[in-house]
Parts: sequence; structure tokens; C-alpha cells
Amino acid sequence: MLESPKELSFEASKMALDSAGLTLKDIQSVVSGSAPDAFDGVHMKGEYYLDGMGAIGKPHERVYVGGGTGVFTPIGGWWNVASGMYDTVLCVAEEKMSPLHPHPQYAFWSIFDQILERPLGTTLLWIFSLEMRRYMHKYGIKEEEIAEVAVKNKGNAIDHPSAQLGAKITVNDVMNSEPICSPVKRLDVSPPSDGAAAVVLVSEKVAKKLTDEPVWLDGVGWTLDSTHWTNRDLAYPEYVEKAAKMAYKMAGIKNPRKEIDIAEPYDPFDYKELHHLEGLQLAGKGEAPKMTVDGVTQRDGDLPVCPSGGLLGVGNPIAAAGMMKICELFWQLRGEAGKRQVKKDARTGVAQAWGDLMQVGTVAVMRS
Amino acid sequence: MSQKITSYPGHEITSDELKEGKYLDIQYKFVPRYSWAAGVAISRFLDELKEGRIVARKCSQCERILVPPRMYCEQCYRPTDAWVQVRDTGTVNTFSISHVGTDARRLKTPILVAVVDIDGASPGMGILHNLGEVEPASIRIGMKVQAVWKQPSERQGAITDIRYFRPIEA
Repeated sequence: MLESPKELSFEASKMALDSAGLTLKDIQSVVSGSAPDAFDGVHMKGEYYLDGMGAIGKPHERVYVGGGTGVFTPIGGWWNVASGMYDTVLCVAEEKMSPLHPHPQYAFWSIFDQILERPLGTTLLWIFSLEMRRYMHKYGIKEEEIAEVAVKNKGNAIDHPSAQLGAKITVNDVMNSEPICSPVKRLDVSPPSDGAAAVVLVSEKVAKKLTDEPVWLDGVGWTLDSTHWTNRDLAYPEYVEKAAKMAYKMAGIKNPRKEIDIAEPYDPFDYKELHHLEGLQLAGKGEAPKMTVDGVTQRDGDLPVCPSGGLLGVGNPIAAAGMMKICELFWQLRGEAGKRQVKKDARTGVAQAWGDLMQVGTVAVMRS
Repeated sequence: MSQKITSYPGHEITSDELKEGKYLDIQYKFVPRYSWAAGVAISRFLDELKEGRIVARKCSQCERILVPPRMYCEQCYRPTDAWVQVRDTGTVNTFSISHVGTDARRLKTPILVAVVDIDGASPGMGILHNLGEVEPASIRIGMKVQAVWKQPSERQGAITDIRYFRPIEA
């Protein structure tokens, strides 16, 4: 995109403030999120984009847990409010991947162990393809079942005004797309993207003055596993389970499958949506593919999943992509999602992001 | 609230516009040099690779045998206790056929990648490495494999002292 990181941050922040009927003067602190500095080639990115974030002269913190950053950003905002320090917090996530050539994938090379893994010629796609293969093997899942997620999410994204890759595609299109890192094919993967997204988080007393229909951030959870990813069960994201259980406990949710109406799990790859649905306790182990094939996760289904279009359809500006999910739940839970509005009366939603060396789970439960 | 948002901003740049030179393109290369400390555990591991051996560390509390080795057990959060030699054979835990290199450029010859669970270590203790001397279509999870080492004179004390893992004939 033509917009710089500062401009992207400004546009998203301004939209969030306008939506809340607030101006920057009303904001007491700012929490920002952005993933690797290596994309921009600007070290101290959190300080660089500061003015676009509306954070000059205010308490500001940048949070960072790789791809998990987008959902971690409002969690950081939650600390600000829940601690009693501030009543009004602007939470902004920004990512600009396009500066790095020949491909932003290159930035991920340096997340691998520099002694034992990088000399083998690593690319981030390896860990996804290795994990996808192990997941398929353990539960007897077919590539065609996984492809249904890409079909659904790219289709949903047609109705998103900021979508990069909204499209009507078929399972065959996915299956016949270029093999990139088998079993991962081109259409199994989200694109590199530029973008920003923002929300305003306020205390209960301020929320009630601003609107009769607030959306509450009722539970947050986050955990990380070790970087010894080759020593781990690659078929199940235990760190997502731990983060989800932390958030559910805080939100008083005892039976997520009955109590969660709508979900926005992290879907940088189609199988990751399935993996994360299982980690979020919204499907049994190995059962998320069947739910998808049966249409349960469609917008008019019993558990709409990624009604936004997700990363596969809207795009994957890393930190901003996770925050986009928080924005989507806000709109869905208020009934303001327009063409994307799910059929059921959604009152409780969960958003989740994931990142680094397959080790981060960040989870937020929201209610209207 | 969101009805107050009337338009979604942003200007898309196409790759054609970039190629046509419509926008100034400042190119910058950053070529840093690092000397990394491999650490106490991995330095020993690399020394042993040079000798054609794979070594692990044992935690006597949880009784796990850890590969790659570490001087502390991250689960028991205590120092590990002993060096253990493990075998240079193992089982394919998962694998991939990579048609892209580090910077996502397409490769003429795909790289075969696997997590290999090492025999003699605790279950699930895998390392990342390459596979060789195998047709991509015949790789299977659960396949038994063995390290193919560089000649002793060519070894550098690096993970690449193992050229790749190849299937063990049944």
C-alpha cells in the first residue's frame, strides 16, 4: 500500500476514535502492536510509528509476541484498564510487510535457531508444512477437508471492505494450486499484507456513558511454549488450550462449545483454523475438519468461524490481522457487520492469535 | 457506532506500478556480522557431531533424555545431570517437500525436510534435518532413517556434519 506505517496507524486509530465518538484528547494511554522490525528495516519501530498511533506525550507501550501480537495488543490495553491506571486506552496494531525483498518470508529466517536450524536453509513454511502433515497423519485428515477452510474464508472476505483476497474458489482450485512446501499449496496460505486495525478500550463507567450497547472484553489469556518445537506434539497446540482456559475461566465460561456463539481463530494457513478450533476447545481433537465440511462453521452455521474472511481472505498484516479479528467480533456482537453479519444471535465471541516458533497463544473473549 | 465509519481508507500499489517506476524505490542492504555463542550444551553437541556421534543430556528428575541437549531442564527447572550418547538413527515424525528457499524463491530441486525423532532419546525428541537418497513420493511418517555423515576430514563441528538422514533398508 502507498500509506506508510505511521499513516496506516493514523487511519485505523482515527476510525476507532470516530466510531467511539471520542477524540485523541479523551485517550489516556496507547498500546501498540507490531511484529518483526525486520519487515520495515526500521529498528525501534514502536518509537518510529508513535505519532501515527496518537501516542506522543502519552504513556505508550508496544507489545510483541510474533503473530500472536494482534490479540495481545488489546490484552495489553486490558492491563491498563483492569489495573485501574487508565479509563481510556487506544489499542492499535500495524504491519507493513511489503518493504522487504525479494519476499517478506525472508524476515522469518532469523527466528530459527542460528546454530542448529538456519544452516539447513530454513523457511517459515517448513514448520507449517511439517505441522500440517503431522496433524493430518495423527487424525487421518485429508487435504481436501482442510481446503474447505480456504474456500470458506476467501468467500467470506468478498464482503469485507478491506479484503485483499476475497474470492469464490473451489476445493479443486486449492488442490490444483502450486505446491509450495508440500502438503502446503499456494491457496492454503494467506498473503503478505500491509494494514492496521484499532479499537478503543475503556473502563466500565466510561463505556456506559459512551453507549447503551458496549462490547465487553470479559476474558483474556496468553501462554508461550518453548522454542524446542521439534520436541513437541505438533498435532495439537497445547499453548492455545492453556491460553483459552485462562480466558474462559476469567469470563466464567464452563462449556465453550455451548457458550461461544462465534469464533475468529488465527488462520494464516487453512489447517491452522482447524488446529486452533481444537485448541480453543470448540472442537474435539481431530474433529474440526468434519465440522467445517458439515457447514457448522459457515456464517449461517451453528458456530460461525472467521465470518470476517480471516487472514486467508482479508489478508495477513501480522499484528493488524489479529486485531482485525477483535474488530470483527465487535461488529458482529453489536449486529453491525452488514453483509458479513452471522445468522444466529451472537452474544459471546472468542478471538485468538498465534505466532513465533509455533509457541504463542493469545485469546480474548468478548460479550455484548 | 461503526455506522459512523463511512469509508475504508487505503491506496493499493500494484506490482506493475512498482515495475514501471511510478514510485521512488530506495534500496538498502544491511549486512551485519555476528559471532554467536553456541552455548555450553550445544558446543559439546557440535564437538561430538565432529566425531560422528549424537549426544543428549539427561534430567534425572523427569528422566527425560533431551535432544538437542540443554544444561537445564526447562520442565523441572533444574540443571540436567549427565551426557548420554544416543544413536544416529531415528524415525520420521513428520516431513515436507519444500519447493521454496529461505527467501521464498522457487527451487529447481526441492529440499526434503523432516523432524527426526532420535533413537535412544525420550519419545518425541526430534531434531530438524534433511532427508536424502529417497524419492519424495516414498517418504512416510514412521519411516526408520539413519544419519549420513560427511567424511571426518570434511566435518566442521556443525549440524551440517550430518549431510542428511536416509531410509534404513527394511
